[in-house]
Amino acid sequence: MQKPKNEVKLQLDSRSVNEGYARVAVSAFAAVLDPTVEEINDIRTAVSEAVTNCIVHAYRNGMGKIYIRVRLFDGGKIEVQIRDRGCGIADVQKAREPLFTTLGGDRSGLGFSVMESFCDRVRVRSELGKGTTVTLIKTVKGRDASREP
Amino acid sequence: MQVHIETEDAAAVCYLDGELDHHNAPSVREKIDEYAVGSTPKHIILDFGGVTFMDSSGIGLVMGRYKLLSAANCTLSVRNLSPHAYKVMRLAGLDALVTLQKRGEKGGKQYAKAEK
Repeated sequence: MQKPKNEVKLQLDSRSVNEGYARVAVSAFAAVLDPTVEEINDIRTAVSEAVTNCIVHAYRNGMGKIYIRVRLFDGGKIEVQIRDRGCGIADVQKAREPLFTTLGGDRSGLGFSVMESFCDRVRVRSELGKGTTVTLIKTVKGRDASREP
Repeated sequence: MQVHIETEDAAAVCYLDGELDHHNAPSVREKIDEYAVGSTPKHIILDFGGVTFMDSSGIGLVMGRYKLLSAANCTLSVRNLSPHAYKVMRLAGLDALVTLQKRGEKGGKQYAKAEK
């Protein structure tokens, strides 16, 4: 098990206004890895999707806490864990399918697709009535791609 | 997030400014839909020149407007997309439904903004 070289934890209310803060905070913490503009946008977008899911799905019936842990590892690897204590996902596999959404309106059902597309790995653990943990893993090459790992 | 709407020839151009996420999308949607219903334009252009961030809420916004406007015989196009916003929209296959134009992309676009 690799040891992180830096770690930060955040706890947020599940208010939509905090979506912006969450993605900016994570990307600011990851800035030390010297990511490219594209890489930082990928991370910000994936975090935004995961946090939005906590707000519109996990805590759809009220307010709750969103727990974010960001860990940086050697070699430019970043791991972002986004956890809630909300309703949980009945069928994770189904939830990850492109265009699947339990909400109508303008929700595209592409939240997980965006996370998967912009990260190297996306892990989802969920238990009904207990909550969901989404872990995003991405290795950034950085602006200096020749950097030693 | 700010939206202001201007008419440009036969089209209505909606200039979006700021971060487009789940928190901001509803107000943008309301403003565009209100205009579309009240003024019944033939074409609507969403100008993303001022959009500094976009997640899948942007996909929902464009997809939703596409459905609404198609039903009202109004065409939709999207222009001045940042490389990132373009990537997100392509991921959703929106390029099959509406014309997507990247920032700095010239030429041939029917409703591209004239040089000032």
